[in-house]
Amino acid sequence: MKRPKIRIGVTGLNAIDNPGPGVPVIRGLLEASSFDAHIIGLAYESLEPGIYMHDLVAKTYQIPYPSSGADQLMDRLAYIHEKERLDVIIPNFDAELFSFIKLAPKLKAMGIHTFLPTLDQFEERLKVNLPEFGKKYGMHVPKSESIYQVSDHKKHMDELGWPVVVKGKYYDAGIAYNSEQLAGYFNKISAKWGLPIILQEFAHGTEFNVTGLGDGYGNTISAVPMRKQYITDKGKAWGGIAITDEKLLKLTRHFIKETKWRGAFELELMKNKKGEFFLLEINPRIPAWVYLAVGVGQNIPEAYVNLAMGKAVQPFESFESGKMFVRYSWDMIVNLSDFEKISTTGEL
Amino acid sequence: MKINKHIAVSDSGFVFNPVTGESFTANPMGIEIIEMLKQERTIAEIHETLLQKYHTEHTTIEKDVADFFELLKNFSLIDRHETTEN
Repeated sequence: MKRPKIRIGVTGLNAIDNPGPGVPVIRGLLEASSFDAHIIGLAYESLEPGIYMHDLVAKTYQIPYPSSGADQLMDRLAYIHEKERLDVIIPNFDAELFSFIKLAPKLKAMGIHTFLPTLDQFEERLKVNLPEFGKKYGMHVPKSESIYQVSDHKKHMDELGWPVVVKGKYYDAGIAYNSEQLAGYFNKISAKWGLPIILQEFAHGTEFNVTGLGDGYGNTISAVPMRKQYITDKGKAWGGIAITDEKLLKLTRHFIKETKWRGAFELELMKNKKGEFFLLEINPRIPAWVYLAVGVGQNIPEAYVNLAMGKAVQPFESFESGKMFVRYSWDMIVNLSDFEKISTTGEL
Repeated sequence: MKINKHIAVSDSGFVFNPVTGESFTANPMGIEIIEMLKQERTIAEIHETLLQKYHTEHTTIEKDVADFFELLKNFSLIDRHETTEN
């Protein structure tokens, strides 16, 4: 049977040491059995490696940074759509999700489907709102406080204790053991990602992650837990293994059921010595290690697109545990003319 | 005492816990003990088998096996609440 061709715009092509999820998402899409994916890359920078992976990406367009506002993004997407007739867009960055969620109805009217969390879901799980989120849905979360000035940390340290995790509102984090280190992280992270800075109680234990997909009605379509085996100095997994911890899967199903989560997500959790899981973060998108989920039998990008297209998707019931991913870097040789084209015309 | 039912042990002594994602390497003696645990042999039987095979003192075997069980417990490879008396 001939598979329908689906034209999919994908962001997050920055397959660097702190990788965006775009390239692994595309690999999953190209392995989909239910459709034939035609990939259009959406990039912010002209050196995002995915732009030059012509076996994965048919054509790439530069799009404006989220800071330019939703209107500029909409204009650019309208232009791209005119050329490419996109069926689906998968945004893969936290920082761009707000704009895409806002634009989703307009995009739909143009025939471009998305499958994103609602604005309420998106905001409720923000790092600054995590303590309330934990209370509301009965999940353990470490104590945290948002601060707008370095000196504000002093009033929270009795409660939070040292060391403390200093987090940016979207990305970046550091562990501070004293006020000087805290000030250093505060300045570095706030210069890049803005305010507030979140101070989170340091949770001791082993870190686990779960990626999954909720259908928006409380049903779990996919859930694959992973333990990081090799962590880079940026805290990113360079190697990981799929595991079958029933407690983690139960917690994930609870999260999806209670929040009626719509779309993909990644839960970051810490397991303490007593075996209790603490929710550190909820990322409202597909993570960069999603290809492990594809490799163990749950093609999350494929299911995501089918849900976006309004098709009925059967939940995955199992996956193969004990499979690992090992990330690697790869030097591509790129013609200067390609770099010139994307840099000057914003298209390649 | 039973080895956790999820644990996978290969002939080469590679021990994998699919719940936690941890993996370990056991030496030949460790493999032997794990194999006996998988066959649900009692601790007395394990002691006896090792005693006959390695011709050493009973107290040495007892101590080494107890140490190994402690390791297995710490790594959640056998049920934490199980004791060496089982």
